[in-house]
Order: sequence, then C-alpha cells, then structure tokens
Amino acid sequence: MSTILLNRRTLIAAGGAVLVTGTSGLLLPARADDFAPTASMPGGANNYRAGAPTVDRIGKGGFWMSGTVRRAGDGAPLAGQRIQIWAHTTEGREQDPQSHGATLTDKNGAFRLEMPQIVPVFGQPHGHLAYDSGEFKTVFLRPVMGSAKDTSLEAHFVLQPA
Amino acid sequence: MARLILIWAVIVVAVAVPIAAAALSPLLAWRDPLYILAGFAGIVALGIMLFQPVLIGGYLPGLPARIGRRVHLWTGAVLVAAVVIHVAGLWITSPPDMIDALLFTSPTPFSPFGVIAMWAILAVAVLAVLRRRLGLRPRTWFLVHRLLAIVIVVGTVVHGLLIEGTMETVSKVALCALVVAATVKVMADLWMWRKRRTVHERTDIGASSA
Repeated sequence: MSTILLNRRTLIAAGGAVLVTGTSGLLLPARADDFAPTASMPGGANNYRAGAPTVDRIGKGGFWMSGTVRRAGDGAPLAGQRIQIWAHTTEGREQDPQSHGATLTDKNGAFRLEMPQIVPVFGQPHGHLAYDSGEFKTVFLRPVMGSAKDTSLEAHFVLQPA
Repeated sequence: MARLILIWAVIVVAVAVPIAAAALSPLLAWRDPLYILAGFAGIVALGIMLFQPVLIGGYLPGLPARIGRRVHLWTGAVLVAAVVIHVAGLWITSPPDMIDALLFTSPTPFSPFGVIAMWAILAVAVLAVLRRRLGLRPRTWFLVHRLLAIVIVVGTVVHGLLIEGTMETVSKVALCALVVAATVKVMADLWMWRKRRTVHERTDIGASSA
C-alpha cells in the first residue's frame, strides 16, 4: 500500500517538476538568471600568484585555454578583461612563475591563450583561471579536463560588479 | 608445493606489478622527486593493505597466523610511515591542495576518502600502542580494529580508484579488488572461527558440568 502511494507521489512530483520547468522555459526563454554570476570553484585559487604578466603565449605552447567573460544579469560580453591562467604543465609546476600568464578578452568577451600541455597533478588534469582586476568581484576557476590527452580547455566567467 | 608458490606469486605480483607500472608512468617526467616519493608511498601503502589481512588470516604458506599476527604489527607500522610520507610529501609539494584535502574542502572527489582512511589508520595505530594502558578489553579492541579496517580499506580503494595519476589502471583495479577480497575473506573467517570456538567452549562447559 505504502509503495503504491510512494510511487504515485513520486510520479506526481516528477510530472509537476516537468510541467513547471517546461512552461517557465516556454514563457520566459531568456531570463536574467541565465547569466547568474559565476562562483569561485573550490581549490580554484590554489598556487595563485598575483600579477601574472600579460603574455602572447605561456612557454612553448601547444595547448589552448579559452573562454568568455560576460556581465552578470544581461550577459553582455566584457572586452579588455584580464584573465590570469596557470597549471601544472610539461614545462613547470603550478607554483612556478613560468607556469603563469595573463591575457585580455577581445571585443566579443572571448579570450584564448596558448600554453604548454597540462598534465594531471594531484589526481586530476586541471587548469586554473582567475579574474582579479578589481572592477568586478574576484573569481577563481578550476576546470577539469575530460581526458588528460585533451589539448584544450574552456572556462567561462560571468562577473558581477565589485 | 604448487599451491604454496601460487599464493606467494599472486600476492607478490599483485603488489609488485602496480609499483613497476607506476614507475614507467610518463607523468613522472614532470614531477619533483618529493612528489614522486609521496605518490609511491601511497601505492606502497595500498600494497601493504593486501598483506595485512593475509597475515592475520595465515593464508601465506610458511607464515601461520600465529607468526603472521606479529608481522602484521610491523607491516602496520610501515603502513603508518608510508601514509605519513604520502601526506607530508604532498603537503610540501603543494600546500594549498593538501590543506584543502585535510579540511574536506578539496574539489577532488577522492580526497575525503583518502583523508578518512588516513585518520582510521592513525586511530588503529594509536589504539594498538595504547590499548593496554587504556584498559581496552581484547574483544572491544578487535571489534574497533575490524570496523576501522573496513573504513581503511573502503576509503583507500575508493581514493585510489578515483585518482588519475601514475598508477596503471588494470594493475590498480586488480590490486584494489584483491585487497577487498582478502579483507572480506579474513573478516568472514575470523567470524566463523570465533563462532566455532564459542560453540566448542559451550560444549566443553556442558561436558565438564555434566
């Protein structure tokens, strides 16, 4: 008896959830919430070195870190924003100065920086990115690669005013 | 004789092959000696975890449980040393990552399993040293040790399996499976032996009083 009730209840709850999300999606296709500010990730700031130089390429390159920077709320692309990038690569450890570099976003709010191949460290192949320029709230990201063999990685920022 | 060689061979191969395979990992080229040492200390600790239940169960030919129990104490001490080297080495290699792990704020899903296993290992070691001074009854001690052993084995195996590091996958999974199998076997055997002993004691008491 209780099993049937539970099943029915689950069914109603699931159906309701589908209804609510389905209709709200139809009625409000582009809500401001779609551009909620990106929260810093746990461990994102590990081995951060403030003031990494803006570079054309970190080390010898071969791996691409890319992403976008948008404004919270309306999602407008933010140009000229400085993004700092570092990782454990074939050319150095996370904390080594030569593993760090920064780049600026273009007019579409996109950034792309070539760097050495990221290798797994502390159990996961991952990179670190920071927005820490003051105009917006600081955000530290720590994206993980789907495979250690990947030769690119993406991370996206939605920033809110400081 | 064949069985003797087979059992020893399986256990030695199960521990030696993952260590040898990790020693061939291309990742080592981009790691400091201390980081490499810390990683291998973790692999050695996993290897010792295969010996621990096997020694207690007396499954190794030539090493009956009576002697195995004593060896278990020494290998247990080596296990503690390996864990200390593992954690200290990783801490020095990247302090923020190890601090995150110890505070359970790490982004890596395997970290809490390793940290819990570490605390359980240290707890067993402390209790093993202090149990007499603490007046712990043997029965309580064995129960606590067995419960902590389950935490240690589950924690370590999950920790190891989720890590993408220098260990080669097949040999890692095989070693983990053997560690779990040996632990389950010794727990089942200990339970059976105790049950049988209790039955014997009861029969003895019944016989003497009659």
